[in-house]
Amino acid sequence: MDLFVLLGPTAPAAAAALSALLGWHRISALGTASAAAAIGVSGVVLAARSGADPTYALGGLLRADSLSAIMLIVIGAVGTLASVAGITYLDGEIATGHISPQRGRLYATLVPAFLAAMALAVLAANIGIMWAAIEATTVITAFLVGHRGHRLALEAAWKYVVICSVGIAIALLGTVLLYFAAEHAGASPGQALNLDTLLAYAAKLDPSVTRLAAGLLLIGYGAKAGLVPFHTWLADAHSQAPAPVSALMSGVLLAVGFSALLRLAPVLEPAAGAGYLRTGLLVVGMLTVAVAALLLTVQTDFKRMLAYSSMENMGLIAIAAAVGTRLAIAALLLHVLAHGLGKSVLFLAAGTLQESHHSTSISAVRAVLARSRLVATSFAVGVAVVVALPPFAMFASEITIARSLADARLGWVLAVVGVFVVIAFAAIVQRTIGMLLGAPDADAPAIAVPRPVGIALIAGVTACLLLGITAGPLAGFINQAATLVGGA
Amino acid sequence: MLITHAGLVIEVVAYPFSDSYTDAFSGLPTVTNLLAGALLLTALLIVWRRELRPIVFLLGVQGAILAALPILYGVRSANVELIVVGIAVLLMRALLLPTILVRAVAAGRAARRETKPLVGTAPSLLVCAVLIVVAFAVTSPIVELQPTASVRAAPAAFAVLLVAVFTMAARRQALSQVVGFLMLDNAITAGAFLLTGGVPLVVELGASLDVLFAVLVLGLLATHMHRVFGDTDVHQLQELRD
Repeated sequence: MDLFVLLGPTAPAAAAALSALLGWHRISALGTASAAAAIGVSGVVLAARSGADPTYALGGLLRADSLSAIMLIVIGAVGTLASVAGITYLDGEIATGHISPQRGRLYATLVPAFLAAMALAVLAANIGIMWAAIEATTVITAFLVGHRGHRLALEAAWKYVVICSVGIAIALLGTVLLYFAAEHAGASPGQALNLDTLLAYAAKLDPSVTRLAAGLLLIGYGAKAGLVPFHTWLADAHSQAPAPVSALMSGVLLAVGFSALLRLAPVLEPAAGAGYLRTGLLVVGMLTVAVAALLLTVQTDFKRMLAYSSMENMGLIAIAAAVGTRLAIAALLLHVLAHGLGKSVLFLAAGTLQESHHSTSISAVRAVLARSRLVATSFAVGVAVVVALPPFAMFASEITIARSLADARLGWVLAVVGVFVVIAFAAIVQRTIGMLLGAPDADAPAIAVPRPVGIALIAGVTACLLLGITAGPLAGFINQAATLVGGA
Repeated sequence: MLITHAGLVIEVVAYPFSDSYTDAFSGLPTVTNLLAGALLLTALLIVWRRELRPIVFLLGVQGAILAALPILYGVRSANVELIVVGIAVLLMRALLLPTILVRAVAAGRAARRETKPLVGTAPSLLVCAVLIVVAFAVTSPIVELQPTASVRAAPAAFAVLLVAVFTMAARRQALSQVVGFLMLDNAITAGAFLLTGGVPLVVELGASLDVLFAVLVLGLLATHMHRVFGDTDVHQLQELRD
């Protein structure tokens, strides 16, 4: 029994219960922020002391290894930024009567429930429970995406639930097939979905059934990670959700969806053949980067631009996973963390722009720097992070992914992906410069930054800079986690 | 027209039976085949019908057929857990979920008829026939691995899955998409029963809860949609695009 393992899902669950009791209230919002911080702390503690063996809790239902610890750190970091920024988020709308207290209560309850589901997803020892937790994130966030209740929000929520539920249902079928293969290989029925059992039987699984399962799991969890072909919900949902929820969805939910594939890769590869899953990841990843880059070039909406940038980065993550060496996986994990921080800062800054301009159109926003130095600086830093400019950490992670591609004799992939990354870079930077610089019009609205959002922005920018300058002890944690997936 | 449809339906449904089953591993080969075929038949009838009330009724029938699988196995092998799972499946998929949907239709919160599906009835049935063949083809490694009676019936569940995904893509009404989603879920549950005798209880419970909540969320969204758009045609949802 380990309290730090237990803390991940229970702290936010307690915060959700508190919010359900109190409704939208300063105390419940602070509870959510502390629960998010607690997830981060549990991640750091688990990473610091996890050796080769995983730690268990709740009679073996929860299982923490260094990969779970890194994911908990990402959930905690992004969750803390988003929930601190969200402390006063609904105050205005509730005061003016735009939102009923019941909706406020629902919002306050669902945000920590969302954190709890993500923590459970990365800690589940049973891949069936992992599946259920990831599906639960869809159901929980559906209300948050549709929170505003107007046409666009409803459209986004509907498409989100339908596409993600179908995608994730396909992953359930893959899970069932894996169970079938494990049972047939001799695993006892009660244990055949446990990660440790599956890892032990990985070499004995039937190759063709495992391949079928791997394909279904890739498509299914890929949908949740925003990978082609089920990527169409991503920009809609991420652009319609309230800013703190967008930060969580783009910054960490996509990565949690992808972490399911990282978990399953060592189970699938011995039987399906190392090349099988990796080819799938490579194809899907390259297509994702290409589609995202091309859609970025025609973007007129800044929240959708940020969403497609997330999609581009998930594509890069899939490519890194396809290479699959320890170096590539370490770069992948650093990429996930850096992208989570950068994208949260961006979505929170974008939220203040949306509030003040009542629009998310790129052409509606001009000369932000002249009106709010904080928002402009944060937005610029966030963009610098997600387009991988030095000194930020994604520069290091992308260079490392490139190097590992070259090492794996996948130079042609590097060349193709490089072109699309440059296209995406140009599209994002050009639009950002247009938004931030210039002289403001006389009738341009003032950009109000509520104090909690300001604090979150400053903290986020500081974290991005720190992570860029030195990964500190994180480097060791990341290397340890990378060994789990990529081998020594 | 009707006769060709019926002929097609009989042909594709008869497919799982065309093979002679000599293996009597589970002791219930004929019943298993019958149930798997019936699942597929209800799926095709759902594709065939356009009135939403009968579609929801058929979905309930499919849920009951699905529940029969674990209940029969449970009674035969005196496995109480399987019987409990079966009864839970029966209550949820044959009663609770269809009731929620029928109420949505009755309360006027959803359209009564799928007036203009994207794909007409006859082409839809043809597509389904192709999908069924595909399902049987891709699942051959599973049957080869363990050719017992229940596993040999599993391809029918995969066929229902493909038909369900097709239904979701080819229909325009919000309710039809929800029906497609539930059919998809029935197919996966059926696949789990046929392949493995059911996943562990805790997983089945988690999955069922998720499905229940997903349907409630979709129902709520459809209600809002009806209020805001005055209709539940999901093809109006075209404002968000690039």
